[in-house]
Amino acid sequence: MADAASDSPLLPSRFVDWFAAQGWSPRAHQLEMVARARAGRDALLIAPTGGGKTLAGFLPTLVELEARPRSERRGVHTLYISPLKALAVDVERNLARPIREMGLDITAESRTGDTGIARRQRQKMRPPDILLTTPEQLALFCAWEGSRLYFEDLACVVIDEIHALHASKRGDLLALGLARLSALAPGMRRIGLSATVDDPDVIRRWMGCGDRPVDLVRGPPGAPPEVDLLLSNGRTPWAGHTAQHAMAEVYDAIRRARTALVFVNTRFQAEFAFQELWKLNEENLPIALHHGSLAPEQRRKVEAAMVRGELKAVVCTSTLDLGIDWGDVDLVIQLASPKGASRMVQRIGRANHRLDEPSRALFVPANRFETLECQAARECIAENRLDGEPLRTGALDVLAQHLLGCACAEPFDAAAMLTEARTAGPYRGLSAADFDLTLDLTATGGYALQAYDRFRRMVRNPEGRWCVRNGETARRHRLNLGAILSPEMLSVRIAQGARLVGGRKIGEIEEGYFEMLDPGDTFVFAGQVWSLAAIAGMDVLVRPARDTDPKMPSWGGSKFALSSHLARRVRRMMSDETAWTVLPPDVREWLGLQRLRSRIVAEDEMLVETFPRGRRHFLVAYPFEGRLAHTTLAMLLTRRLERAGAQPLGFVCNDYALAVWSLKPMDEVDMDDLFAQDMLGDDLEDWLAESFMMKRAFKGCAIIAGLIERRFPGEPRKSGRQVTFSTDLIYDVLRRHQPDHLLLRCARQDAAEGMIDAARLGDLLARVSGRVRHVALERLSPFAVPMLMEIGKERSPGQAGDAILAEAESELIAEALA
Amino acid sequence: MSPVEALGLRPAADGALELVLAGEAARLLPSGALVLSAWSALVVADLHLEKGSAFAGRGQLLPPLDTRETLRRLAVDAAAVAPERILFLGDAFHDREASRRMSEADRQALEDLGRTADLVWITGNHDPEPDGDLPGGAADEVRLGALVLRHEPLPAPAPGEIAGHLHPCARIATPRGAVRRRCLVTDGERAILPAYGAFTGGLNVLDPAFSGLFRKSPVVAALGAQRVHAAGIRSLRPDRG
Repeated sequence: MADAASDSPLLPSRFVDWFAAQGWSPRAHQLEMVARARAGRDALLIAPTGGGKTLAGFLPTLVELEARPRSERRGVHTLYISPLKALAVDVERNLARPIREMGLDITAESRTGDTGIARRQRQKMRPPDILLTTPEQLALFCAWEGSRLYFEDLACVVIDEIHALHASKRGDLLALGLARLSALAPGMRRIGLSATVDDPDVIRRWMGCGDRPVDLVRGPPGAPPEVDLLLSNGRTPWAGHTAQHAMAEVYDAIRRARTALVFVNTRFQAEFAFQELWKLNEENLPIALHHGSLAPEQRRKVEAAMVRGELKAVVCTSTLDLGIDWGDVDLVIQLASPKGASRMVQRIGRANHRLDEPSRALFVPANRFETLECQAARECIAENRLDGEPLRTGALDVLAQHLLGCACAEPFDAAAMLTEARTAGPYRGLSAADFDLTLDLTATGGYALQAYDRFRRMVRNPEGRWCVRNGETARRHRLNLGAILSPEMLSVRIAQGARLVGGRKIGEIEEGYFEMLDPGDTFVFAGQVWSLAAIAGMDVLVRPARDTDPKMPSWGGSKFALSSHLARRVRRMMSDETAWTVLPPDVREWLGLQRLRSRIVAEDEMLVETFPRGRRHFLVAYPFEGRLAHTTLAMLLTRRLERAGAQPLGFVCNDYALAVWSLKPMDEVDMDDLFAQDMLGDDLEDWLAESFMMKRAFKGCAIIAGLIERRFPGEPRKSGRQVTFSTDLIYDVLRRHQPDHLLLRCARQDAAEGMIDAARLGDLLARVSGRVRHVALERLSPFAVPMLMEIGKERSPGQAGDAILAEAESELIAEALA
Repeated sequence: MSPVEALGLRPAADGALELVLAGEAARLLPSGALVLSAWSALVVADLHLEKGSAFAGRGQLLPPLDTRETLRRLAVDAAAVAPERILFLGDAFHDREASRRMSEADRQALEDLGRTADLVWITGNHDPEPDGDLPGGAADEVRLGALVLRHEPLPAPAPGEIAGHLHPCARIATPRGAVRRRCLVTDGERAILPAYGAFTGGLNVLDPAFSGLFRKSPVVAALGAQRVHAAGIRSLRPDRG
């Protein structure tokens, strides 16, 4: 470890001695952080994993506290915020060692949703010097009457893994919380920590307090990672998402590694890969499974075994993307497509926490398009070109929640609160009009009728300041706080006895998954095959099954979309034949066939193919803009084709392309017209207003704004069951009678950003305008094969409801009500 | 005679579904209102007016627009059918105080309806004591020939009964997915109407609350956006979650 001067005047002697005793010298960026803190500056530290980043974040705090006797400390000195509860606890552990070994009189304690009540109470009465917590806990603090006194001595806030927080509603809420803290403790410094940041300026603008500048501190670059591509001896399939063909090679790579993390994109891919690996596991290697649906105890068990070095491999999803130190991982395997370079750098960083040795990774493409994507990702990583996210505009439903929280803590002045909110990066451009609308939403629900004046959640006190109406409103607010929305989860339990009593809980699955399964169907969960016995209330009752061919719904649906940066790379690689040489021969051959049978277009062009097949006609377009934008485009194209008389029947999308099929041929359609940018006008709005995405987005906004509660019970019914009335009904009524309601605007924005990717679709249409290259083929092309294989695999939820009803009806007559 | 014929199920041009209940011709509109032409009656169940404001009183600021929307739909149906009487099958108001929370405009809309038809308020468990200031009269139940209209279905078989209270809902499965809709459920002898209110939830007709009510396998008439769709018991699935 060669680094900066060993006896820096920035560090007190016992710090210097401690570093020496470890055989280390303080790194330049660690000292730099101390120097910036001494100058009272805010700082964003970007340092690779293994670069002593966490210590660098806390070093200024430890130095300051060492010099300050306990009698002069009044409250929390440093507040640390991590996106993960587990990370807060982990950092608490890691911080304990230097504090103990240096003999510092400093207390550091974590506080998360899992912290016991007694400890929380004690923390409020006797604050630790360093409090390690999550954004949701900060929101709770902001809504607490004691917050002003508790934080008035706060000197510093450290935000870890800041790249994972900023570009979300959770980040909006955190930014507002930081603004509150700065109002309570004006001298407070802000420190951001991250390993993977594409555009530091975006994060600096997000984390800064108003116009106060944020310094950028960079750690030394780590050794570049070594990323290999699994070539599978030319057996990469044309289509599919499971990478089943490569399992033997993956198993072999695991066998040769010390410890491997196997990343996949969905929980079901995780289950599948885990099954396949154990089928091959003749050596009984300890291979475990980790994803967000497993029971927390089970996840903790896997994590603990990992830390103890007892596991050979863990098959996992994004639950292990972030932070926690994992002992001895020396290989990261990415099964199926990486989707974005930043996420890959983060994942690869999970291997080898030593700075001077390269991390090793193996990409395993599941199909030939993914081979292109994996190769593009390799190049991005080698050039350190990460995908960035633009600065968000803060959501108003989040602001509404924050305002009510502030009113729970102490009365606030509206004008001062607007000024304060504008010091939060995402709310810099907040208009006074929008602030007033949000204030009204918080106070009365924001309905045009003043019917709810007597039910206000916030009222003005005699000084004209806003405060919460009563203790009950404050209590309910605290129960419903946070900006994370999780889908309704059902508990999976083992069925016991003939009467189907729910036994041991195995984990949780999103409600939607079971739409596709009926009693008797088998499926894989938690690494085993189960048969669905019944669904009772919030419980899914299952029995162990021995089925070797269980149902595996929803393969394609990765929640991550291909990043636009990576997509551009893939397009460029495909258009440039000289770049093909880096690709495996089977993929080169496939590209060659495509050139022969159809066409390879230039980077700035878009290929559209039409061909007949069976009694259908197909149109396949290849924009490479990610599943979300493609789905929206396909919806809109279908409407246009309908009007053009092509009688479209359905469509299917993936990250690379979309296919529409119809009764009538589409060879004669004017493709420039079909893909004209004006489809983003009325067509988009008409479709969106009726779509299930808007309804889903509306529900989320209404929950965050606190208009409805997370668990939204209707009235208890006679049979003792709860009958919920769907938020869709509220959406419909509001849309008809008050279409300009603020929550509808919030929902529109969320749907456009998160669910339909309207901005990216707009970019796509602009990019290909006048550059659509149409080829009318006699049969399907090599590129089209994977698209056609997607057909029939997935259902699009929430559409075609009435068509389905009509179908059920035709069956009725046959059934004849026997 | 097949059960379909026995029930007289027949789609009508306006999206309604014609059916025969205890020998009387009836028509279910896509809105969930039942038309009894022989009696010139429009029957609606479980409006739960002012449910939004009831939630607001408990701290959830739902839009105070459900009454307005429910009455708007009712006015549309009344204009199309032009009935001599409108029968509210109980739980027209969400709670005892609800009618007094109504906005002036909503009350006016009710008055307007009362001028075109006789309003009959059958009492329900949510509104056991009718508000004397409302237009029209109150009753515990109403008999129209072979039909008995009341709020809560009797637990034993009750030929000719038309009731509400249970908010029936059907989850209909097909190979392409499942759809959950409000519905009327009937075996031809008695019927339970869907809840008509804009903010009313539903109880799956496979819930034990419905068992024992029907002598034969019942049929559901599910409310689609444009029309009413009939489905047999074998197409029905329990709720998930």
